This record gives sequence, C-alpha cells and structure tokens, in this order.
Amino acid sequence: MTITPILVAQIVLTLFVFVMLLNSAAIMVYVERKVAALIQQRLGPYLVGPKGMLQPLADVVKLMFKEELRPKAADAFLFALAPIISATCAFAAFAVVPFGAETTFFGLLNEPIKLQVADVNVAVLVIFAIASMGVYGIVLAGWSSNSKYSLLGGLRSSAQMISYELSYGMALASVLLVGNSLSLTDIVNHQAGAWWHVLPKWFVFVQPVGFLIFMTAGIAETNRAPFDFPEAEQELVAGYHTEYSSMSFAMFFLAEYINMVTVSAVATDLFLGGWHGPLIPESFGWIWFLIKVGALLFFYVWMRWTLPRYRYDQLMAFGWKILLPLSVVNLLVTAAGVLYFGA
Amino acid sequence: MGLFYLFAAVSVLASLLVIAQRNPIYSVLLLIASFGALSGLYVLLDAPFVAVIQIIVYAGAIMVLFLFVVMLLNAPHEETEYDERVHPLLRPGPMRFGGLLAIALVLELVWALTKGGESGPFANGAVSSVATIGRLLFTEYAFAFEVTSVLILAAMVGAVVLARREEWR
Repeated sequence: MTITPILVAQIVLTLFVFVMLLNSAAIMVYVERKVAALIQQRLGPYLVGPKGMLQPLADVVKLMFKEELRPKAADAFLFALAPIISATCAFAAFAVVPFGAETTFFGLLNEPIKLQVADVNVAVLVIFAIASMGVYGIVLAGWSSNSKYSLLGGLRSSAQMISYELSYGMALASVLLVGNSLSLTDIVNHQAGAWWHVLPKWFVFVQPVGFLIFMTAGIAETNRAPFDFPEAEQELVAGYHTEYSSMSFAMFFLAEYINMVTVSAVATDLFLGGWHGPLIPESFGWIWFLIKVGALLFFYVWMRWTLPRYRYDQLMAFGWKILLPLSVVNLLVTAAGVLYFGA
Repeated sequence: MGLFYLFAAVSVLASLLVIAQRNPIYSVLLLIASFGALSGLYVLLDAPFVAVIQIIVYAGAIMVLFLFVVMLLNAPHEETEYDERVHPLLRPGPMRFGGLLAIALVLELVWALTKGGESGPFANGAVSSVATIGRLLFTEYAFAFEVTSVLILAAMVGAVVLARREEWR
C-alpha cells in the first residue's frame, strides 16, 4: 500500500474523530453539571479553572488514581471485558456517521474526501447493529459483578433496550422509506434545499412522529433520564456499574456520553438535514452539524433535570403499548405516502 | 484470502468451544463471537446487508434473549444428570436421540460438502443490493417468506398460551 495524501488525511480524520468523541464526553460532563446547576438555581463547578471549566480534567485525574476494585465472587474475565465492550461499541458506532460535506481542506488535497470515518452503504443498519452489541457490555457488567443490584440493573437494561430497539428500528425504517437509501450521506443530501425558499427540506417536517419516536427510543436506548432505570440510584444503588470503580467505571461513563453524542448525530443526519442549513456555505457545513448536535444534546440534559423517572412498569407499558403501535402505524402511513406521492 | 481463513477459523473454533465448556454464559458469548465471524464472511462475499442483518437479528436480538434467560436462571454450571463416562449412544433415551441427530448432521454436512457447487461472490451483486433482496423475497420466495412468518406467529401464540396457562383452566 502506498502512502498517499488521501490516506494520510483519512488517518488524521479518524484520529480526530476519536479525540473529539473523548472531548465531547468531557464537555458533556461539564455542560451537564452547569445546566443542572442553572435549572436547580445552584452554582455548579466553579473552583477548577475559569468558571470551573477544568473540572472534567480534575475528574479524569481523580478517576485514574482511584483504586481498581473487583468483588471476590465476580467473574474476573467478563468483569474486565464488560466496560471494554461498552466503550468500544460507543466509539465504533460513530465511525459511519457523516458530519460534513466533501472537502479538500482548502485545496490541501487533490481530490475531496468525505468527512466521515467509513462510508458504508448500509450505514443506518450498521449503527443499529453496533447499538445492539453495546447492550452486552451492560448486561455482562450486571451479571459478572455477582451482586444483586448489578444483576437487577443489567436485567432491567436488557429488557428496556430490547423493548425500545423495536420502535427505534421502525422509526429508522420510515426515514429510510422517505430517503430511499440506507446510506446516511444519501439521506442527508436528500434533505438539501428548502420548500418555498423558507422551510428547509428536513425530514423532521415530513416525519414529525418518526422524529419523536426516534428521540424517545434514543433516550431509552442510552439509559438517560427519564428512562435511566438500569442505574436508578434510589432502588439499585448504581445499577449495573455498582461494583465498578476507577477507569472501568469511567469507561461506562464515557460510553454513555458518547452514545448520547452518537444518537444526537444520527438524529441530526436523519431528521435535521445534517450539515445543510442556511447562511453557511456547504464547505463549512460542519458548523451547522455541530450546532444541531449541540442543541439535541442540550435537550437531553434539559430532559434529565425536568422530568422525574418513570416507574418500571410504566416504561414497559409505554414502550410496548404506545410507542411500538405508534411506530408501526407511522411506518405504514409513510409507506402508503411514499407509494402515493412517489419518494 | 487471509481474512477468509481468519473469520472461518474464529467461527469454527468459537462454535466448538460453545459445546466444549460448561458455563452457559460463556457458551452464549462464544456463539455471539461465532456469529460475528460469520458476518465477516458475508462481508467478504460482498453481501454487507446480510452481514449487518446477521449481527442485528442473531448476535443482537436473539442472543440477548438467550443471555437474559441464562442470567435469570443464574445457572453457573450445567447440571449433568448422567454418568459422563458412558458413551453418548448408550445413555438414556433423549441422549441417544441427540446422538443420532448429531450423526445425521455429520452425514448431511459430508453430503453437502462433497456435492460441490458454485462458490465465491454472487453474480451481478444479487445479494449486495437491498432492493434486489426485497424484490426476490416478495416475488420468487414469497411463499417461503410467508410460511416463515406464520411459523414465528405460531411460536408467539404458543409462548403466550404457555405463559398464561393458569388463566385458561
């Protein structure tokens, strides 16, 4: 294999995405705490660095120097493997997410490359597949800890994820019908332009129900409030990661935040027109992408501090009796619409 | 070609280990690994759609349910109710039936492998395009497709009936 500028650019891009995902987790920790403080009329972190901005750094250092503990009765191999599965799946899912138009980096390269780690023509399904693999991290963590709280957390989480994965998939499928492709890049490009020069051609306007289902199921999939049952602290101490400490705990933490970023990024690509938007030229489309993802992430945090946690039976009833039928109806209506009006 | 042997080796090894060790959780995980390797083989066959579906349906959905059940029963080791020194074919009835099935499977595999047939990527990307698969599924293989769905429906009805047995009396 010869080393071409394109190859180098691709490797740099991949590393860049990796580092940015790590950073996004740090930023999200800070934002989460600051927004929580704002909503609850507190100050939040303010001691480390200007306005407490170096707090995530201090947290990381603290996590690194904590003692790594393992229960005596735990299954050593799986106990070590579980956080690795979680973190790996979180990173891997973002690999197929495009976050900008093709670019030559201001003429640095001879031919443009896509702002995306891997362009797969079944990208949407790949994300779905990796998300379904990520469940194993949590389930195995729950089982291998050999602790009641962890096991209950793991079982809850697997039941919850299986229940909401169906609605999640159905919502995805209805967007695929409208976009007529399985490639995220194609779907984003399908949303370029505007109707009557005013309303952007985003799928959220074609698929409002699909967007709501996707976001609801996405919150359930990432185990965030108000669906954070796997780690409901009042009942389960900390759920599946009760027995974890130090960096293996940090890996679960990291995975949760990166999953949030990935779900937001996928929602942006599927429903909010990806990097397309007014005013900013297409080569700087990633700015729009960042703004949209940021808005969705803020929405996540906002939800957490606004809504109380549901009861577990309410969560299950909502998933199976409301969300799933709704998503099936939405899929059928979409299919009929695509058949009638053409894609 | 190197990738093929890698995936094939992982798949075969993992499958053997599934039955070779006694902890059901590890069996489930090894089966997932085997499915993952199979999906790698599908990618090499230029069928990314089938590969991803393999992961979503088998490694994702079905195996999570397996794991769920194993965890609920919380059985760290298989219970052995028979003498392990006795040859499988000389053990009680169900065991002997299992042994016969295994022999039948080996014979079938030998037959299938010696029969030969075409290998390598399919012509004109028949399995790589989702549209093609969909069209084939709803035209040429419509009958098999519908029969499969009725079979799954029957299994679902059966599960519900078994789960609610008390109320039916």
